[in-house]
Amino acid sequence: MTKDDFWQGVRGGFPVMVSAAPFGALFGALAVDNGFSVFDAVFMSATVYAGASQMVGLELFGHNVQPWLIVLSIFAVNFRHILYSASIARHIRHFSGLQKFFAFFLLVDPQYAETEKRAERGEPVTFAWYLGFGMIIYLPWQIMTLLGAIFGQMIGDPKAIGLDVLLPIYFMGLVLGFRKRDNWLPVVAVSSLASIAAMHVVGSPWHVSIGAIAGILLAACMPLSKRHEEPVTLEHEV
Amino acid sequence: MDNAEHMHLIYVILAAAVATFLTRIGGYVMITQMKRIPPRMEAALNAVPAAVLSTLVAPAFLSGGWDVAVAMLVALAVGLRYSSLWMLLAGWLVVMAIRHLLV
Repeated sequence: MTKDDFWQGVRGGFPVMVSAAPFGALFGALAVDNGFSVFDAVFMSATVYAGASQMVGLELFGHNVQPWLIVLSIFAVNFRHILYSASIARHIRHFSGLQKFFAFFLLVDPQYAETEKRAERGEPVTFAWYLGFGMIIYLPWQIMTLLGAIFGQMIGDPKAIGLDVLLPIYFMGLVLGFRKRDNWLPVVAVSSLASIAAMHVVGSPWHVSIGAIAGILLAACMPLSKRHEEPVTLEHEV
Repeated sequence: MDNAEHMHLIYVILAAAVATFLTRIGGYVMITQMKRIPPRMEAALNAVPAAVLSTLVAPAFLSGGWDVAVAMLVALAVGLRYSSLWMLLAGWLVVMAIRHLLV
């Protein structure tokens, strides 16, 4: 029974793994391009395990931003997980303490979305299923980071093969991924303009915090929508 | 990177890992403490990722050079219909074409 659940999870997570794999490789290659060693890249994938925020870390580390600001920015990008863990709490109440620890460690966007769906279908959210689903995404994420990093080491000039354009486009894709949320356009517009203004007036890296705070304050002050939404997840995101 | 810088990076990554884990367990801790997240706080929380990520996109658009700006515009148009993997591919093709064929 437990074994069946595990393999059911593995099969369910397989398509997610396939769509996340290129991003793992991209992270590895860009990490090395930003001064990380191959070990650093895999170490970050294995411990942080949150694709978007790993890319943010790279970007800021490359610009010599103070450490606490890097950690704060990563924390901010990952803030959405708070909504996920609040939401799946009711489905994993029967996990033991140690099982909960692993469950929360592996709580990436698709893991959250699938756990909710499974609970809604009335199927039991067992730890075996959860672990199977998580592992088929987690382990290949490390392997792809490693392969990407090794490939990144062989590249001479990243600009000549167009690597420098990938990070801003990747971030833009993430921003677009949230476009169904309330107040999306005003938040994006205000944060963008505020960050550009702050870049010129105060300078980097403060434009990140100032721009982000401007958008968040705006969202807190906007009229509240009547409908209550589930947190929106990203399509491919690890 | 020298050795000290490298150790520094390892510490930053570890701190980032702890911060990320806190976000993943935070909602569970919060929901067992208070019954519901206040709606204004939830609206603010909901806006955090788009707000932070926008600050990484907008300045890059202005300071990356005209080739990067053109590539980002094309990727944006692609992203309105297709997944981010296609955005990356389209933007990359544009920037490579400009750098190797035009300039």
